[in-house]
Amino acid sequence: MPLTRELIAMRAARELAPGMVVNLGIGLPTLVASYAPEGVLFQAENGILGYGGVLEDDALFDPDMINAGGQPVATVPGASFFSSDASFAMIRGGHIDVAILGGLQVSVTGDLANWMVPARGGGSIGGAMDLATGARRLIVLMEHVTKTGEGRILPECTYPLTGKGCVNLIVTDLAVLEVTAAGLALREIAPDITVAEVLRATSAPLLVPAQVPLMEL
Amino acid sequence: MKEFPTADAALEGVTDGMSIMAGGFVSAGSPTNLIRALVRRGTRGLTAIANNIGLGDELDSLAEHGQLAKMITTFAIRASGSRTTHFERQWRAGAVALELVPQGTLAERIRAGGAGIPAFWSPVGPDTVAAEGKETRLFGGRPHVLEHALTADVALIRAQRADERGNLVYRGAGRNFNVPMATAARLVIAEVEEIVPTGSLDPEHIVTPGIYVDRLVRCPAVPVRWQG
Repeated sequence: MPLTRELIAMRAARELAPGMVVNLGIGLPTLVASYAPEGVLFQAENGILGYGGVLEDDALFDPDMINAGGQPVATVPGASFFSSDASFAMIRGGHIDVAILGGLQVSVTGDLANWMVPARGGGSIGGAMDLATGARRLIVLMEHVTKTGEGRILPECTYPLTGKGCVNLIVTDLAVLEVTAAGLALREIAPDITVAEVLRATSAPLLVPAQVPLMEL
Repeated sequence: MKEFPTADAALEGVTDGMSIMAGGFVSAGSPTNLIRALVRRGTRGLTAIANNIGLGDELDSLAEHGQLAKMITTFAIRASGSRTTHFERQWRAGAVALELVPQGTLAERIRAGGAGIPAFWSPVGPDTVAAEGKETRLFGGRPHVLEHALTADVALIRAQRADERGNLVYRGAGRNFNVPMATAARLVIAEVEEIVPTGSLDPEHIVTPGIYVDRLVRCPAVPVRWQG
């Protein structure tokens, strides 16, 4: 069985360690906050450094206390507020350790496309291009293939790019893949998934070691 | 005295064809009372500059009433297609132009506009649509894009509290684009929950110095919810 979205988020959270400054993109990445270790400092590009998990109780909604996905959040002790220009100075200036973004397509060389589906046009860039450029490490979370079965991991992205060569790690519902100088390497596979299944779902060449460990969640 | 009795009165002199910045990040720090007054005013042919349109914000009402000629923004059309907005219909019909900008680039262009910097080199956007038609140059071996400053005729912003001089204090994530926009427009109109006597705000806490703020209006917060 491919991993659920919660399990993808849980695996991604294992990349985080206390003391890291982390920005979570809209959608699937927001789930990571619930599984992150104590001591991770979450940055929301709308101007909060240091928020906790998403508040489930709608009665607690405060319009001025939201993350970048519009979800209600509460600050943690030691949090700070700042304006958008200061927030992106923090991002562009290399002060964010890890950004975790959703993806539509990723190429074997770490190009990311995540802001527009050409068939729909228009699109929404948000903070994705700034984060792809400025974060010291970029992790992309996405389903390995589209709902109609087309590969999202490709030799070249066919959708308009968010950034070139910016992705370090991809966590999907089937596998963990790392962008290396030699190519895209298969690092882990999901429980109950075979290497052959991952290769069938990947529309690009992969570096596959003799032993591929199972994901630890 | 900078205080105006109503949001409608505070928009005096705002005319067709102007460029209008609107602060806020969806629900946080959104000048919703002023945007509603702009909708009522019926001013047309506007170029609006804001982080988002159609995510639950009132800016989409400007599109609904055909008041926008151009939108400069970061969130415009949902990639997922999960919800359609008035702005999206207007844009598809060719009735409104769209300039889509990376969020940090938008913030920095506005900051630069207010700070007297005409243009700057940004590492964000090479090899993407954000760099189309723009000069690029290598710094430290990395490509950078020449981005130009943004200013506007009017900025509509929201803060939590002002003093009579227009010094502003914000709340939570409500600073966002309000802070740079306060510096980058010829006429800056701020809606606030409360106006206190000059001298009662701690100078250590003031985020926007009052020299940037031309007009104040007291309005209760309008609850806005994100529509994803």
